[in-house]
Amino acid sequence: MQQPLLRLDSVQKSFGGVRALRGVNFELLAGEVHALVGENGAGKSTMVKIITGAQTPDSGSITLSGKTIGNNSPGLAKSLGIAAIYQQPALFADLTVAENIALRVQSPTGIGFINWRRRRNFASDLLSRIGARIDPSKRVNQLRLPEQQLVEIACALGNKPKLLILDEPTASLSDAEVQRLFAIIRDLRQQSVGMIYISHRLEELAGIADRVTVLRDGNQVCTHRMADVDRTKLIRLMVGRDVETVYPTGKADAGEVVLETRSLTSRSNGVRNVNLSLRRGEILGLGGLMGSGRSELARTLFGIDPASGGQIRVNGRIVQINSPINAISQGIAYLPEDRIKHGVVPEMSVAVNTTLAILRSISRGTLIDFKRERSVAEMFVKQLGTKTQSIETAVGQLSGGNQQKVAIARWLASKPVIMILDEPTQGVDVGAKAEIHALIRRLTLDGIAVLLISSELPELLGMSDRIAVMNTGQVAGILERGDATQERILDMAFTNTSSGAPE
Amino acid sequence: MSIYINHKRELSVVATYLLLLFVLAVLAPSFFSNELFGTWIRAAPVVVAAIGMTLLIVSRQIDISIGSQFCVCSVLAGLAAKAGWSTPVIISVTLIAGALMGAVNGALVTILRVPSIVATLTTMVVFRECIRWAREGEAVNGLPASFQWFGFSQSAGEYILLIVAIVTLVLAGLFCRWVTAGRTIYAVGSDASAARLAGISPDRVVFNVFVLMGVMVGLAALLNAVRFPQVDANAGFGLELQVIAAVVVGGCAITGGRGTMGGTLAGVALLTAIGPALVFLHLQPQWEKAIQGLIILIAVASDGFSRRTA
Repeated sequence: MQQPLLRLDSVQKSFGGVRALRGVNFELLAGEVHALVGENGAGKSTMVKIITGAQTPDSGSITLSGKTIGNNSPGLAKSLGIAAIYQQPALFADLTVAENIALRVQSPTGIGFINWRRRRNFASDLLSRIGARIDPSKRVNQLRLPEQQLVEIACALGNKPKLLILDEPTASLSDAEVQRLFAIIRDLRQQSVGMIYISHRLEELAGIADRVTVLRDGNQVCTHRMADVDRTKLIRLMVGRDVETVYPTGKADAGEVVLETRSLTSRSNGVRNVNLSLRRGEILGLGGLMGSGRSELARTLFGIDPASGGQIRVNGRIVQINSPINAISQGIAYLPEDRIKHGVVPEMSVAVNTTLAILRSISRGTLIDFKRERSVAEMFVKQLGTKTQSIETAVGQLSGGNQQKVAIARWLASKPVIMILDEPTQGVDVGAKAEIHALIRRLTLDGIAVLLISSELPELLGMSDRIAVMNTGQVAGILERGDATQERILDMAFTNTSSGAPE
Repeated sequence: MSIYINHKRELSVVATYLLLLFVLAVLAPSFFSNELFGTWIRAAPVVVAAIGMTLLIVSRQIDISIGSQFCVCSVLAGLAAKAGWSTPVIISVTLIAGALMGAVNGALVTILRVPSIVATLTTMVVFRECIRWAREGEAVNGLPASFQWFGFSQSAGEYILLIVAIVTLVLAGLFCRWVTAGRTIYAVGSDASAARLAGISPDRVVFNVFVLMGVMVGLAALLNAVRFPQVDANAGFGLELQVIAAVVVGGCAITGGRGTMGGTLAGVALLTAIGPALVFLHLQPQWEKAIQGLIILIAVASDGFSRRTA
C-alpha cells in the first residue's frame, strides 16, 4: 500500500453556528487526480482552505507525506509544496503579468536587484509551457478573465508544487483552453503531483479524474473510482435526490424578428460585420472560443462598446445604441459575464439590487415607493426561488447561484424584450444550474428573445434553438438545433478565418 | 438589535461623545452652562459642509477644495452685504458661486477624467489664489448690521443657524433614503460599472454631487459669515480636513457606497467639542490635535475591532 500524499482525518470546522465540515476523511495519492464534487455550500471551499492553511480546523488532523502538519498556515503550506488555483483569479491588477509571476513564484533573479529581462523571459517560458499566448508585459487588468485564469495557473505551476488544488479552474475557460489545461494536468500526473480537482462541470471529470469524493452538507458521502460512477449517479450522490439532468424543452413558437444586426462592426472591440437575427421566444446560442467576439458582440448590442458601423434594428426599426441607457430603453437587458464585477452591487440589499434598473417605475415622482419595491423584490425571490434570509440581506452574502438569480431578477423586473445572457450558469452549482436553465426556457415562453452566450457546449446545445458560432469577431456560421453537434461547433470555432477574411 | 448591528460605528461615535460630556460633567460642569451651546453654533457650518462631503464620499469621490470654496463664498457674501444687497440676493449669489465652483470640479472629474483628489487639489490652490489676487489679503470689514445674524438678534440668529443646519441634515437624510437620486449615489459609489449596466449614468450622478457639494459649502459660508462683523481673507483654511475627518469618523466608507447623515452629525459634534473641552479640563491647548487624533483612532478602531471579532 502506497503511502498517501495527503490525508485528512475526521476534520471538523464550524463558522458560528454553521457546521461547514463534520468530520471529513480524505486521501490523496501522489500522481493522482482526485475530484471533489458537491453543491455550493457542501464544504469544498472550507476543505480547500484548511489544506492551504487559510483556515484552521476545529479538530482532526492533516498529514502530508506521513508527517502531521500542526498549525498550518498559508506560508507553511506553500513551503510544503501545496499550491491552489481558485475560480476567481487573485492577481495584482495594476501590475504586469511578469511582475505578478515574479511576486508569486520563487523567482530566479539575483538578490535585491530586479533583472527585468530575465523576469520577462521566465514569465513567457512559464506561459508558453501551458500554451498561453499572453504578453508578459501587459498589465493584468488589461487581460480578460480567462486569460487571468491562465496567468493564475502559470503562477501555481511555477512553484513546482507537490500538491495542486484546482478549484473550478475551467469555469471561465473555453473548451480549447480546457483541453490544454487537461494536457498540463496529465503531464503533472506523470511527475507524481497529487491534484485535487473541483468542478461543477461533471462531464469533464470522467476524462481527467482517477477518483472522486462527494461532499454533502459538510459530510464526506463517499469516494469512488471515477470509472465506477457516471454523471447521473454523481448528481444523485451530491444532492441526495434525483434532479432533472436533461435540459428543459417546450420550445415557444418563434415569432417575429425582434433584433437584427446588419454588418454590425465595432472597431473598439473587434466585432466585424455581424449579421444576426433573433426572434420572439427564441434562444439563439452564441458559441465560439474565448476572445472570439461573443462577449464583445453583447457589449456592442448593449452600448458598452458602441458600434462603429452597420445597423442594429429592434422590432424592425433602426436604433442607435450608444450607452446602456439607450439599450435599456429599447427593451434590451444584459447579464454580464463577470457577475461580481458588473452584475450585482454586493453591498446593497436584494431588494435594492432587484429594482436598480427600474427605479423610475417603483417611485412616485422622485420618491421611492418602498411598498412597491418590497413587493417587486418578494415576487422575484419567490418566482426564481432565490435562497436569501430576507430581501434586506446584502447580495454579497448570497451564494453564487442566488446572486445570479438576483441579477436575473433585476432584468426581468425591467420587462425586457431581448435578454442577453453571458455565461449565466458560470460557477453555479448543479441544482441552481438546472433551475436557471428552466427559468431561461420559461422566459421564452413569455415571448422574450434570448441571446445565450456559453462556453459549455452541452449547455449551448441543450438550450439553444439555433447556434451562431463566432470566430475572430465574425459569425462563422449558424446551426439549426437539429444540425448542431459539439464537433461541428468546434470545427467552426477553430477554423482559421482571420487570414482569409478581407478587411 | 438591528440598529446596533447596522449602525455600530455611528453608535460608537455617539458613545464617545457622551463619554466626553460625562467627563466634563464630573470635572468641569461649567462647560454645560458656558460652552456646549457655543460648540454647537460653531459646528453648524461644519455640519452643512459635511452633508455635501458625505454624499461625495458615498459616491466614491472627494473634494479637498472646499476650504477654498468656502473662502470665495464668504468673501463674495461679505462684499454683497457691504454693497447693500438684500439678504435673499446675498444668499442666492453665494449659493450660485458655490454651485459654479462645484461644477468646475465635477467637470474636471467627469469630462476630463482627472481623479477627484488631483482635480480638487488643483482647484483648492486656484480658488484660493483668486481670492488672494483679488483681495490682496485684505479682510472684508464693516459688514452691515442687517447682514449679521440675518438681521435678527444674536440669540435668535444662533437658533436660526442650528435650525438651518439640522433641517438641511434631515432633508439630506430623507433624500438618501427616499429619493431615487439619493439611491443612485450609493449605487454608483459601491459599484460604478454595475450601476452603469443598470442604466444609471455614473458621470451625471458624480457631477451633480459635486455641484451639491458646492452649494452646501456656499450655505456653510453664509452660516459662518453672519456670525462676525468682518470676513477674514483666510476664511475656511483647513476646513476640508475637519470635514473629511468628521465624515470618516461618522462611519462613511472612504471606498464609497456606505455612510449616513446621522453618523456625520455625530462625527462633527464629537470633533468640534474636543478643543473647547480641553480648555475646560485645563489641559494644554497644544494637546488638542493629539487628543483629537486619539479620539478619532478610538472611534474608528473600535468599529474595526468589533467587526473583526464579530
